[in-house]
Amino acid sequence: MDIKQIRRQFPILDQQVNGKPLVYLDSAATSQKPLSVLNTVDQYFREYNSNVHRGVHTLGTKATEAYEGARDKVQRHINARSREEVIFTRGTTTSINTVARYFARDVLKPGDEVVTTVLEHHSNLIPWQQAAKQTGATLKFIPLQDDGTITLEDVEATVTDRTKIVAIAHVSNVLGTVNPIKEIAQIAHKHGALLVVDGAQGMPHLPVDVQDLDCDFYAFSSHKMCGPTGIGVLYGKKEILEKMEPVEYGGEMIDFVDLYDSTWKELPWKFEAGTPSIAEAIGLGAAIDFLDEIGKDNIYRHEKELTEYAVQLISRIDGVTIYGPQEADKRSGVLSFNIEGVHPHDVATALDMEGIAIRAGHHCAQPLMKWLNVTATARASFYLYNTKEDVERLAEGIVHAKEFFSNVF
Amino acid sequence: MSFDRLESLYRQVIMDHYKHPRNRGVLDDGNLTVDMNNPTCGDRIRLTMKEENGKIVDVKFEGEGCSISMASASMMTQLIKGKDVDTALKLSHAFSEMIQGKKHDMDLGDSESLQGVAKFPARIKCATLAWKAMEKGLKNQS
Repeated sequence: MDIKQIRRQFPILDQQVNGKPLVYLDSAATSQKPLSVLNTVDQYFREYNSNVHRGVHTLGTKATEAYEGARDKVQRHINARSREEVIFTRGTTTSINTVARYFARDVLKPGDEVVTTVLEHHSNLIPWQQAAKQTGATLKFIPLQDDGTITLEDVEATVTDRTKIVAIAHVSNVLGTVNPIKEIAQIAHKHGALLVVDGAQGMPHLPVDVQDLDCDFYAFSSHKMCGPTGIGVLYGKKEILEKMEPVEYGGEMIDFVDLYDSTWKELPWKFEAGTPSIAEAIGLGAAIDFLDEIGKDNIYRHEKELTEYAVQLISRIDGVTIYGPQEADKRSGVLSFNIEGVHPHDVATALDMEGIAIRAGHHCAQPLMKWLNVTATARASFYLYNTKEDVERLAEGIVHAKEFFSNVF
Repeated sequence: MSFDRLESLYRQVIMDHYKHPRNRGVLDDGNLTVDMNNPTCGDRIRLTMKEENGKIVDVKFEGEGCSISMASASMMTQLIKGKDVDTALKLSHAFSEMIQGKKHDMDLGDSESLQGVAKFPARIKCATLAWKAMEKGLKNQS
């Protein structure tokens, strides 16, 4: 990977923040966007902005082709069996809510089980809490090992014949641990349960083949994988999606409408009521082209190298705790840490003064914070455009922050 | 390494309040209790106040959070203890003006040291948490 060449595609990275060259280490919150994505979105608005699926005119046809072309790119990228299995949504949250709504409405009965983990992002926990509450189903949690990983023995022990759905993150947004999705799918299916994967932190960084994983649903967002905000995907197996009722009703998703009854379009459009995020979907298509050209394998390897280097440099600093597995091969490009005696917000402000952007807080994972016995952590996250120098600046910044706050105390 | 900008935010008096908080704890005989958190970052505060005849005769806080939020809570309790409810609410308004970089005409005591926060918009919510809790408690009872 030629990082210099890659960084040239991200003009935003070339700027000074608080008098220092920007080091952007918050890609787990949202990634930066390459020129090809910016230009694709810009070109849509300048040259063929039109509504999709209805216009007879030339621009409408062009917009529809680009929008549906983006769906084909997603299909190829995740190796879905057919394009009907790719539904455009607002993002991971909407995708997971769509699945949870179906389970709450048509599947779950009192005594059924929903299985998830303690490390989930709130968006893969709260929809299931609500589904369980509405139906009298029981919510169960696969326990975590001391380093935040999960074992297949524990998955086996938690999933039973009463389990209807297993909901789990592909990659933890706090610890960076990668969960064994393929094996979990096998266990779920053995018990007749379905598997929904929160891929928000997986899809941007890992090659994902939904047929190989054999998950029943895979949810992800465009904005964490170099694409625009406001668009994401729900992948689902066709035979299940066909059984599911639309979540939203209105234009675009109907077949015939009568005064007292209506019928729905076929997949995937029955789930895409209203005018979709057209520019954003086309932008996601451009992001996928960009990532495919570099190769997810290369991206993942690069992030792993950076994480390994970061663990090496930061674990040497006295009074710094790194959460999650200490072995680099068990984690992807997310590093949560705390400096003893300094609140992570104060760490984030100190780093920001040096042009280093990290996240501080509970990362929408309050149960995991409780499990870690902290109220918040600082988090650095890496992506394809980050460099070893970025990691060195982070480590220096942490030393400076520590120095500053130990002097003022 | 120059820490000029950081020092403009983290003044010595702020760090002193963070390290040695005043009025920390829970009032056993308080008659107003407010729990408040900042859901975006997880900071939380419990404020207990003892109000008698329109006067805040005692106040304590406990909670978890960054240096700005905890120091601000400590300074706020120090300032409103013994004050009328009306005065406390006026001080709260003045603090809110100050933290947004606007002028105000009240003596905010140690809390004045937080005026640098106005230049750090992401940290304003940290500084106002305790004040909002106090306002909520006093407004709910009247």
